[in-house]
Amino acid sequence: MRALSGIRICDFSGQLAGAGATRFLAAMGAEVIRIEDPVTEGYWDALRGVSPFVDERRGNDFGGPFNNHNVEKLGVTLNLRTERGRQLLRELVAVSDCVTENFAAGVLARLGFPYEELRTIKPDIVYVSNSGFGHAGPYRDFKTWGPIVQACCGLAFSTALAGELPAGIGYSYMDHQGGNLMAIAILAGLVHRNRTGEGQWIDMSCTDGGALLTGPALLDYTVNGRPLRRPGSPDSNRSESPVMAPHGIYPAAGDDNWIAIACRDDRDWRCLAGVVATDWAREPRWRTLPGRIDAMGELERLLAEWTGVRDRFDTAAALRAAGVPAAAVQRPSERIEDDPGTTEWGLWPTVTHTKMGVVRVDGLPLHFSKTDWVVERGAPCLGEHNDRVFGELLGHTDDELRRFREEGAL
Amino acid sequence: MSRAGAEAAGPLDGVRVVELASEHAAFAGKVLADLGAEVIVVEAPDGHATRWFEPFADDVPGAENSLWWWFYNAGKSSVAIDLDDASGVSRFRALVASSDVVLEGEAPGHLADRGLDYGDFEPVRPDLVWVSVTPFGRANPRAHEPATDLTVAANAGPAWSCGYDDHALPPVRPGGNQAYHTVCLWAVMGAMAALYARDTLGIGQHVDVSMHAASNVTTEAATYEWLVAHATVERQTFRHAAVRRTPDRIITAADGRHAIGALPRLTAEFRALADWLVELGLRDEFDEYFFLELGVERGGILLNEVDRDPLVAAIYRAGYDALRAVAAHLTAKEFFVGAQRRGLPAGVLMAPEDVIEDEHFVARGFPVEVHHDDRNRSFVYPGAPYHAPAAPWRVRGRAPHVGEHTAAVLDALGTESPRRSRAQ
Repeated sequence: MRALSGIRICDFSGQLAGAGATRFLAAMGAEVIRIEDPVTEGYWDALRGVSPFVDERRGNDFGGPFNNHNVEKLGVTLNLRTERGRQLLRELVAVSDCVTENFAAGVLARLGFPYEELRTIKPDIVYVSNSGFGHAGPYRDFKTWGPIVQACCGLAFSTALAGELPAGIGYSYMDHQGGNLMAIAILAGLVHRNRTGEGQWIDMSCTDGGALLTGPALLDYTVNGRPLRRPGSPDSNRSESPVMAPHGIYPAAGDDNWIAIACRDDRDWRCLAGVVATDWAREPRWRTLPGRIDAMGELERLLAEWTGVRDRFDTAAALRAAGVPAAAVQRPSERIEDDPGTTEWGLWPTVTHTKMGVVRVDGLPLHFSKTDWVVERGAPCLGEHNDRVFGELLGHTDDELRRFREEGAL
Repeated sequence: MSRAGAEAAGPLDGVRVVELASEHAAFAGKVLADLGAEVIVVEAPDGHATRWFEPFADDVPGAENSLWWWFYNAGKSSVAIDLDDASGVSRFRALVASSDVVLEGEAPGHLADRGLDYGDFEPVRPDLVWVSVTPFGRANPRAHEPATDLTVAANAGPAWSCGYDDHALPPVRPGGNQAYHTVCLWAVMGAMAALYARDTLGIGQHVDVSMHAASNVTTEAATYEWLVAHATVERQTFRHAAVRRTPDRIITAADGRHAIGALPRLTAEFRALADWLVELGLRDEFDEYFFLELGVERGGILLNEVDRDPLVAAIYRAGYDALRAVAAHLTAKEFFVGAQRRGLPAGVLMAPEDVIEDEHFVARGFPVEVHHDDRNRSFVYPGAPYHAPAAPWRVRGRAPHVGEHTAAVLDALGTESPRRSRAQ
């Protein structure tokens, strides 16, 4: 029994912004059938062939990122340049609940399958498109990938130290969150269809999604007229909403080692000062938030001198034992191999990929008490499930499948 | 695209969510409210602590003035209940009994100690969906550690990947309460999948959501470089953390603002860039123009040849320099639009205030006016991430005052059936 059993998704989405959405649905039990182009060998999704690799083998079935993002999905090929390919897609749409894609705006329509056509094939189909700027608006035809989305939505600008260039976000955050928002859109469309029998086209814009996440900083502008772009701002290691001090990432003993400390209130400060236990920490001027804010530079310098000669894990543990939020900045190896907060959660499951073998991948950050997620099967090799989908599901015979291949449709 | 559906009901119309006010789960409740659920936030009679989070409207501190509260509680109702009081506890039980979903971010064990946890309601409401959003998740050996957005970002991976080439500068927390926003979208996904299962299978359940785990699986290559190849990424100024150093990306335009552009590889991209230099009258002063022409003549370049072939490297370098030469004569916004119109992928670093006034976002209807009847004014809020005409995501109204709906909600409990479930 799976939470999303019975849902079938005809899935063109890839990279991470799209693949992440259907990854969640597949792990929850939906049947996700990923459709790829045999002519370009699936390389529309460049992640099929890029590093990291498990060994010396290369090619479109060996990309580590593709395996990570497409676990638990089925994979088929369809050449939509051929009439046979288009016919097979119509057959698949007719037995699907949802069509998903994150092509540039308009691409699926140019392939012959705009929403109007999908709706003709299956009147209650839920069609979810996810592009950088959406299908409406002056930037609809602009090309994007994660860093462009993050630049144009306000999030990359918001990530910086005072007086420095924007640092940006060092990963495609809006591919992750775009995928999450797309998953919400898909479920919203399916819930609405179940209640009303009505399908629809949901047009998602990843930059709209990113702008949503600027939250209170945006209201500070629209309500108070205070822009985030002002002297000394942004400074994202500080906390302005709510105001906390000290609040930052400070050096620790060793090479490129750091510790984060968040002093939420005056009580946290008393506890922190008790752990630091130096003359400067006992000074009365630090006891209230205004005092700590007024001389923040000096306070942070003193604190950094103290943390800088100490082990980051020991310091963090001592501060947490006193009730103060503190944590080492962990390297990937530390948070993946040595952190019971992830390992005992089961956050790094292993999957079996037909060619790559056994590989560890991302798990899910939530557990369901009755219908939990399953991540066991690796990503599909190109066209791995053609026989299963076009044969067993759609009912075509072996002879027909052979002919489809000869025609170049698969 | 038609905006006619803007007044249609949301996909979660008719679903009642009882949310215990918290910093952890507030954004999840906001999204559920935008999706049309009736979200009732339960707070103490003197208001929840997050009502005192900065900034404040007109910079006047007050329980009804926090813009943090406004954003994260838009469209919800507020019921004030004292859970330290026996009659308050019985009112809370009745409220939960009337709901489809409970959303909370309480410290693990806190509700169980009071007999108010999922396990206390499950026997009488087996169809209830209960979503917990906590720093580490309940089923976690670290469940009781204190944590904030910053410490999770530091501990769970994001900060390791954000910052500058100069590693004397500390790693940077990604802006905008990222750790909370990440976990809260997962909480919404969990709530919706659980509601779907309730409607189709007739079962409710507990969904245990971990902020630490959510950030851990939201750092892209940092994680799978280690999982697959035992390689470690390093932070780099305004680009992806990577195992190897990549060319710097950020471009400073004539107005001092910043942009990014993809380095040209294709014939058409070299052609467009060369033509753009000519248009701007920069052909003669750009020493490497010849190499752009060569990029066109050669039919583009392959990135894997840059390290092997000095000529390809020179063409690649010319593309890099040409983007900067163009940007030095334009505003960052002009560079972005001009590049995109020529087929060159590019972005401009917008601040939130730039986004909300930008013509594209305005044309899509992203900024929305939310009326505050208590102030007789409307304010602009960020709107929906997608257009869904038949079942829209829509900000449903302003955030509630402390206990604004206490009487209306609790009085109605006595008159309606205790179970409003739509389970089929």
